[in-house]
Amino acid sequence: MQKATAVADVKNYTLNFGPQHPAAHGVLRLVLELDGEVIVRADPHIGLLHRGTEKLAETRTWLQTLPYLDRLDYTSMIPSEHAYCLAVERLLGVDVPIRAQYIRVMVDELARIKNHLLSIGTHALDIGAMTMVLYTFREREDLFDVLEALTGIRMHGAYYRPGGVYRDLPDRMPKYTENKFKNAQTVKELNEARNGSLLDFLEDFTNRFPGYLDEYHTLLTDNRIWKQRTVGIGVITPERALQKGFSGAMLRGSGIEWDLRKKQPYEVYDRMDFDIPVGVNGDCYDRYLVRMEEMFQANRIIKQCIEWLRDDSAKGAGPVITDDHKVAPPSRAKMKGSMEELIHHFKLFSEGMHVPAGEAYAAIEHPKGEMGVWAVSDGANKPYRIKLHTAGIPHLAGVDELVRGHMLADATAVIGTIDLVLGDVDR
Amino acid sequence: MSAKLERLCRQLKEIFGDRIGEPLLAFGELTVAIPVANYFEAMRQLRDDPAFRFEQLMDLSGIDYSEFTGYQGKRFAAVSQLLSITHNWRLRVKVFAEDDEFPVVPSVMDIWNSANWYEREAFDLFGIHFEGHVDLRRILTDYGFVGHPFRKDFPISGYVEMRYDPEQKRVIYQPVTIEPREVTPRIVREDTYAKGNGRG
Repeated sequence: MQKATAVADVKNYTLNFGPQHPAAHGVLRLVLELDGEVIVRADPHIGLLHRGTEKLAETRTWLQTLPYLDRLDYTSMIPSEHAYCLAVERLLGVDVPIRAQYIRVMVDELARIKNHLLSIGTHALDIGAMTMVLYTFREREDLFDVLEALTGIRMHGAYYRPGGVYRDLPDRMPKYTENKFKNAQTVKELNEARNGSLLDFLEDFTNRFPGYLDEYHTLLTDNRIWKQRTVGIGVITPERALQKGFSGAMLRGSGIEWDLRKKQPYEVYDRMDFDIPVGVNGDCYDRYLVRMEEMFQANRIIKQCIEWLRDDSAKGAGPVITDDHKVAPPSRAKMKGSMEELIHHFKLFSEGMHVPAGEAYAAIEHPKGEMGVWAVSDGANKPYRIKLHTAGIPHLAGVDELVRGHMLADATAVIGTIDLVLGDVDR
Repeated sequence: MSAKLERLCRQLKEIFGDRIGEPLLAFGELTVAIPVANYFEAMRQLRDDPAFRFEQLMDLSGIDYSEFTGYQGKRFAAVSQLLSITHNWRLRVKVFAEDDEFPVVPSVMDIWNSANWYEREAFDLFGIHFEGHVDLRRILTDYGFVGHPFRKDFPISGYVEMRYDPEQKRVIYQPVTIEPREVTPRIVREDTYAKGNGRG
């Protein structure tokens, strides 16, 4: 009798998930209202990583703003720069050389693979498949090597510029050297793919990568535990996904074929041959499958880019940045030889470029969804207002709807599936 | 793309008439300003009317026009970026708040649920109030934050800073000790600057 009263006394209680929780993918505080172990309401508190990027941009020149964009989504850095560059280019009316467009597409797709590797690896880690993340991080390391050779830094590349990219592809890959941890034999094996140019290394990677994808499929796709944790979890209908402003894999997982690379092509995506995967049920499992297939398609796009870029290099590579010196600096040699070029260089890096008054919203298909930059200029050398629309915000806002009625343990599955990065949400 | 946008522009004029402002086509994008009084109904029609079908509100943000070069008009606006999946086109909608001291615009949360957080953010950062929003709390700034940091009269360094006080053994707030530093001044050049005679 006493026991029965005790049960009747149990009321809803609230639980703090985070701000420091390994499965929260950053500093997210999720206030969960629970009825037993069933989630009644989820209230995400964000802003713990708010750095005021948009306000900072107002006090920096158009060019100085660019590296801040890398710091938004710190798992796939360079595509964020892409949206910003597109917006500025639209206002300036400058054309991007075709070689730079191919390089941008290639780097964007590298970032897509990199992002999905992290997303799927950590998602699996969160819900109990420890091994996955070890494999995906192995491949990510190769991609970081590519970025390091390309931009000089592993993560926050600051590689794109309004009007093109900062420099052409390097002719050689850095190599491992012998040390007390690596003997001659190991170093030789490690350097096997690194004897040629960056494109050679990347080609080797794109040939290896489908094999890795098969490994992941073996590990997860038919894995009984993985399916129990993801099938039918966090279901969202196409109508609700539109209402909630979802984009990217979150929208495609619900069966809506919407990809800005196909529907509103930018750069040279209209010349690329690739498919858009869509899901059926709109649950965590379908979104996982969509992401897996996207990696395969990204691999295809990279292959096509490599082929074109190699062809172009053989013909004597074209420029990678515009020759409008109001926007991009002149070459070092020219600058040393001509007074006018010297003035251009000095003006560009002291005062910065002036962007004509107006506003533009440029959106790209970021690995996480639609990344848009709304740039407003009043003709000054600094932005008047930059609004960064990142895919993470509507997705995190939708968490409440996705987890309602699920068990507490499913909250981690849902946070994993929305591919959450708090730098992206808080800006 | 632009032929499509011209069609959208025509339809906007035909269907809404003088209920909305003059659509402006610039940089390959269409912008329209809607008076506060007609805002909510017009937005609903933009979503439901088969001629428009803006199923998605991709973004909504505030803007403070008080220091915009050569601008005279209302200070605050809420700006939405709409996207139609059906027609594959975009539209930017601006609504200016009537009162600069206490800016209020209707909430579109009932039309697009995604507006929820965007409007909370615009309220938090700009102090724009959204009438009809059910949960207008601050979202990005700290608990107990005072002021609206993205307004142009809010200094970049803020007013307060936070540190650990070893005597009181807790985190305390104190007035900021840093000064904002401007490396490159903000400059707007006249139209004729560096044009013509080939000099740099």
